[in-house]
Amino acid sequence: MIDILIAILSTIGAFAIFFASLGILRMPDFYLRLSVTVKAATMGVGLLLLCAAILFPDISVSTKAIAIIFFLIITSPIAAHMIGRAAYLTGTPLWKGTIIDELAGRYDKETGVLNNEESEEQQGDPAKGQIAESEEETK
Amino acid sequence: MIKQFLMNLLLSFIWVALTGSMYYTNFLFGFLLGFAILWIMSRNDGDRRYFYKVPRIVSFVFYFLFQMIKANIQVAYDVMTPRYFMRPGVVRYPMNARTEMEINLLSMMISLTPGTLILDISEDRKTLYIHVMYLDDPKKFVQETKTGLERRLLEALR
Repeated sequence: MIDILIAILSTIGAFAIFFASLGILRMPDFYLRLSVTVKAATMGVGLLLLCAAILFPDISVSTKAIAIIFFLIITSPIAAHMIGRAAYLTGTPLWKGTIIDELAGRYDKETGVLNNEESEEQQGDPAKGQIAESEEETK
Repeated sequence: MIKQFLMNLLLSFIWVALTGSMYYTNFLFGFLLGFAILWIMSRNDGDRRYFYKVPRIVSFVFYFLFQMIKANIQVAYDVMTPRYFMRPGVVRYPMNARTEMEINLLSMMISLTPGTLILDISEDRKTLYIHVMYLDDPKKFVQETKTGLERRLLEALR
């Protein structure tokens, strides 16, 4: 019973990591790669650690594994947020298939402060922003 | 509220001490037992928020896990097949969450759901900017997140 559960969970975890690595290869732009990688890797590593926690009857192994899962879930979204924000601030272009960019033109040019109100000079066209015009720019 | 939670923890530790096996299933059973005992004991008390909150938190965790698995399958399908089905976009999302803890948990949950990624939060802490992979209509996405994830999270927290 426990064996079957562990087999199912670890298979799903391994597949999640596999799809994350395939996603790095296949996704067309930086944000999508980040989006695919962080979550799938968190889920994959989390599931494998959960298997380790269930497999070993030793309480110290279980508590350590669960603590690692906890800190992984806490820290990885923050890492993703910081990387994504840095990429946007340095002007990494979005994929050409991007349909809307409501963040464009909302940063203060000098200070990098994100205002809630739309700045006046870019009010006209919020959807345009930094979306790449051609295929080459995204690669 | 916090008193009842500590009482519940104490009861579950007593259960663990009496049965003598420190294993998480046993601890969980003790917690449930303590919860039931406290529920019966406080039938006439004024403050019964704790007993609404614990089921809500548990149901939120399961709802979140279900959403995460569902979205993971969608992303995995898109990665496997040669055509791209995604329509990415950056959406402005006005939050209902107000305190730091609520904002932190909400952005964590949104970031952990595959397909969505927090890019930034505005200076006055009222709006999030979310990069979404499968975006049909920004208004619809904001509406769905508001009535689904955020409402459940705030119900569990408040």
